[in-house]
Amino acid sequence: MSDAMHDLTLTLNGQAHAIRVEARRTLADALREDCGLTGTHLGCEHGVCGACTVLMDGQPVRACLLFAVQAEGRAIRTVEGLAKGGALNPLQRAFAENHALQCGYCTPGFLMLGTAILETDPGISDEALVEALSSNLCRCTGYANIARAIRAAADAMSTEGAA
Amino acid sequence: MMDGITPEAARHILPAGPGKVVGRGVARIEDGPLLRGEGRFAADVNFPRQLHMRVVRAELAHARLLRVDASAARTMPGVVAVWTAEDVAEIPPIPFRATKVRGLEPYCQPVLARDRLRYVGEPVAVVFADDAYRAEDAAEMVVVEAEELPVLLDATAPPAEFAPGLDTEPTVVRKEYGEVGAAFRAAHAVVELELSVGRHSGVPLETRGAIARYDASSDVLELHGTAKKQHWNRDEIARLLGRPPNGVHLFEGHVGGGFGVRGELYPEDLLVCAAALRLRRPIKWIEDRREHFVATNHSREQHHRIRAAVDAEGRLLAIDDAFFHDQGAYVRTHGARVADLAAGMLPGPYRLPAYRVAGHFRLTNKTPAATYRAPGRFETTFVRERLMDAIAHRLGLDPVEVRRRNLVAAAEMPFARPLDTLGTDIILDSGDYEGLLDKALARFGWDAMQEELAARRAAGECVGAGLAFFVEKSGLGPSDGVRISIDATGAVELVSGAASVGQGVETVLAQICAEALGVDYARVRVVHGRTDRIEFGNGAHASRVTVMSGSATWEAALAVREMALETAGTLLQLPPSELTIAEGVVCRADGATGPSVTLAEVARRMGPNAPEMRGRTPGLTAERWFWSDHMAYPYGVHLAQLRIDRGTGAVTVERYLVANDIGRAINPVLVEGQIRGGFAQGLGGALFEEFRYDPQGQPLSTTFADYLIPTIAEMPVVDVLIAEDAPSPLNPLGVKGAGEGGTNAVGAAFAAAVDDALRRPGAVTSLPILPAQVRRMLDGAA
Amino acid sequence: MKPAPFAYHDPRSIEEVLDLLASLDNARLLAGGQSLMPMLNMRVAFPDHLIDLNRVEGLTGIMEEGGSIRIGAMTRQRDIEESEVIRARLPLLAEALSHVGHRQTRNRGTIGGSLCNLDPSAELVAVATALDAVLEVQGSAGIRELSIHDFPVGFMTPALAPEEMLTAIRLPVPPAGHGTAFTEFARRHGDYAIVSAAVLLVLEGSRIARASLTLGGVGAGPLRLRTAEAMLVGGAPSEATFGAAAAECAGIEAMSDPQAPAWYRRRLSAVLTRRALETAAARAAV
Repeated sequence: MSDAMHDLTLTLNGQAHAIRVEARRTLADALREDCGLTGTHLGCEHGVCGACTVLMDGQPVRACLLFAVQAEGRAIRTVEGLAKGGALNPLQRAFAENHALQCGYCTPGFLMLGTAILETDPGISDEALVEALSSNLCRCTGYANIARAIRAAADAMSTEGAA
Repeated sequence: MMDGITPEAARHILPAGPGKVVGRGVARIEDGPLLRGEGRFAADVNFPRQLHMRVVRAELAHARLLRVDASAARTMPGVVAVWTAEDVAEIPPIPFRATKVRGLEPYCQPVLARDRLRYVGEPVAVVFADDAYRAEDAAEMVVVEAEELPVLLDATAPPAEFAPGLDTEPTVVRKEYGEVGAAFRAAHAVVELELSVGRHSGVPLETRGAIARYDASSDVLELHGTAKKQHWNRDEIARLLGRPPNGVHLFEGHVGGGFGVRGELYPEDLLVCAAALRLRRPIKWIEDRREHFVATNHSREQHHRIRAAVDAEGRLLAIDDAFFHDQGAYVRTHGARVADLAAGMLPGPYRLPAYRVAGHFRLTNKTPAATYRAPGRFETTFVRERLMDAIAHRLGLDPVEVRRRNLVAAAEMPFARPLDTLGTDIILDSGDYEGLLDKALARFGWDAMQEELAARRAAGECVGAGLAFFVEKSGLGPSDGVRISIDATGAVELVSGAASVGQGVETVLAQICAEALGVDYARVRVVHGRTDRIEFGNGAHASRVTVMSGSATWEAALAVREMALETAGTLLQLPPSELTIAEGVVCRADGATGPSVTLAEVARRMGPNAPEMRGRTPGLTAERWFWSDHMAYPYGVHLAQLRIDRGTGAVTVERYLVANDIGRAINPVLVEGQIRGGFAQGLGGALFEEFRYDPQGQPLSTTFADYLIPTIAEMPVVDVLIAEDAPSPLNPLGVKGAGEGGTNAVGAAFAAAVDDALRRPGAVTSLPILPAQVRRMLDGAA
Repeated sequence: MKPAPFAYHDPRSIEEVLDLLASLDNARLLAGGQSLMPMLNMRVAFPDHLIDLNRVEGLTGIMEEGGSIRIGAMTRQRDIEESEVIRARLPLLAEALSHVGHRQTRNRGTIGGSLCNLDPSAELVAVATALDAVLEVQGSAGIRELSIHDFPVGFMTPALAPEEMLTAIRLPVPPAGHGTAFTEFARRHGDYAIVSAAVLLVLEGSRIARASLTLGGVGAGPLRLRTAEAMLVGGAPSEATFGAAAAECAGIEAMSDPQAPAWYRRRLSAVLTRRALETAAARAAV
């Protein structure tokens, strides 16, 4: 057994963060405690609630089910990277406009999940959207407005793209 | 004068219909930081040199505690201290809030277990270390020696000994009026049911957290990560730790869902405060999810034995109910409140000439229970509406018709019951129950649906529909205050004694303030949940904020408006009655062009150094309080249509409608959000969620893989009908609370619809309705 | 819920992994982490050494060779689900994968990780059993092949020596004229199934030439319904035949827990088997 420290460089929202952590430090804790990115929330730490969803090389993953040491060399994106210069991006705006959040605790996870959907599958079917969103729990909204917001953002972006 | 409205406010009752900003579904002012990942939830709070607290919890459900050996843990790396009961012997047990029920004190929970372990999850020791990981490493090294005792897991079993001279039934909540015995003797029919509701709870997505810091330079103890009841908690923490309340401050950041369970005073809150004082370092405790399932309040578990006496037309003559409330191992801050609410609210919307209830409030070896969204009502709506369905079946009546015959009529409002709950007399303040029932049936297409369902049944499908009526309560007093100030830049600050648990309080209060003041609601900063900013407050619970703090906001904003107009009138040399405020500018009310002045300028003219303020209290600011002796009662009806898979017994909801009259919707979009989200929690309690225990009292639902919260895949489309037909006469806004109606009747409506699909009236007798049970019912077994 | 300390090893080759396995005590392999990580966070698994397979070369990929499809143990579930080869040649696997957790967890979860975890309800274990998978197991002594039927040796215990690792799985492609179906019942979408049924039917003319029926979730390991299979072979793909085969589920031994007592698991087994048979037959007939 060893609790040797590991020197790592994480690439977070395009920026390099050098940190020194134990191997057992989860990516979620490293983001929050070592890199100051507290927008990624922990809801269960056993991979069911999805509140800690971040993007790793463009794919949504649960940051509580990865060790920080495993994320070295991978491109990690978190909720803090969505708004450019403080201005909400289309997905964030759609969440506000569609009342897709109440307490806001699950919101960063759903935003990252939604970001991946918009980037990889913007024309996603309703059935596949439900399947994709079923990986994350929300206790406040009853979900309908979250799905509506993601759909609205997809529509807004395709209109912008076509224009 | 209407009860609850001061003479001052009676002059200014909010006119009906949408206002400039009130009554409109405007966007929330809370959303920006939450969407950018800039929120400040409990775990986001950090202080230099902080220590992390880890709680060692009981692993046995009932045992004599022999010894706690912390010697190995104390030598672990990073550990600063380990405490057991001896180290906190001077801290009294966790108290409960004011209640009429006597004799509960011996049943309160010590902050760390002393001689007995009474549930799995009970705090036994705490470790303080420099890192959360190392604190957990050390906690594993604490050895708890205990001798197992027999467990009590069934609240309907005879009470056992709690401690010498005390049994496990601290009290029986009794209420009675009318001639119950005579009614049963004269009854055309007596309908009798035995029904139960499973143990489940709020389970917010953010677990609890508490961060305490002692600032020796100013002799102030701070507690962060708080929610719901800051002022009461401040007073109690101060009392229990022997400090003056003005030397304790509680702070509320973002709160990841409350639902009743968060913000009560728990052992961990006192432990971090005591440690911050003693160790002179900030102490941070973040509950993990497995702890949450065994440490944070459970709720709901009740078993009812109910009888109704009815006449030949199906009218209720009397109800006689005995129920057993499974409180878990200790009495917590609510005392016997949930049992009291169940007893008081059971009659719901129906005329009931005679009523007797005995609520056996009993302790078991489970996690202690308290309130969860629609406490005592989710349970009793299930019981009462099952009873109405049974009466309909017994007398061969349509379920809708039997309800019509018993609903309190609009003309009978306000309708006083000879009952009380939460220390207030139950007076149903306003309502058109049958009117809403008609609207809901029409919206759902109830009659056409019945034909469609009959056709589908004939084709072999297993489909059904059901409905359940409910009455909620809201706006619990006695008081709340709001202070509104406008600064020299024209920015508006609203300081409230209320709290926010993420339901949109800031937006709603800002809307009410903006409506009265004539400013942009998005420029109103709402401060809540901070004891350092306002001396008193009653917090956020019991759907009280919009009613109480909303009304106080309205009055305070009107007062500020009056002050602003008066000062502006002097400046503009016009009588205040000819002025109004629009977009932050005081101008002529008749729309004619002329001189105007901004609120910023008015505020500057009212500053402490302005010559005209000499001898007066400076500032464009006012604090107003709203008092209420009685609650406002929202009401509604849930309609469900579902199908059952005959092979698996799985229930799929096809359509659902919640119709809810809340008097007035300040923000209809937020109200819909409350109702839909509330429904999702009701769905959980009706079909999925349950805290299960094995025969030794070991909890079986300690992860999100075992405690099943509905995902988007389980959520049906929910139609919401918000009605404003019966504004409350008890407050100037006409509002009633909207937080709990979406949850209240879900279990009841599903039970009725499952019965209907099975063509077996009365088949469902317990919640949650599990697929294996439905499969058994399809076989014809009970 | 923070993991206990361990030493982390990040090998790049299968040889390095085998060397580590041979030299370290109480070591565990970390694949996609969707099951092991929760166990570490909850401190129900306490390895002294964690050997991360995520950067090991040569453990991923989907290849058709001979009459089989070979899938590297570290191939992500989502890559398998999306693979054109799998969708065309082994649609049963793709169908079952759509029930494994969620899209997001399948981004990380691997086929080898799921097989070695051997959860009684794991969809992939049931499918591998239905398809008579062959496992490639590598140790210091070289590669050995193992039938999936010999893989489970106890509750969540695979037939792997401490110094061995699963490197690939080979799934025989069924002959033309076959149809498959996967059905399951879970309380919520994405949960482990209470019971699942994986079915393969090969039709020749109007007769069933071969049948494979596997249940997941009823016992400690997957349950192949050999008697029912024998009843089906030679028969016509009819309601009566399927009903009789499904009725065999009434006699199986099944686990019991509060949400799903044994009688209910047997009932579900019969219902799901029958539904899977009907679907598989319809697909075979197309």
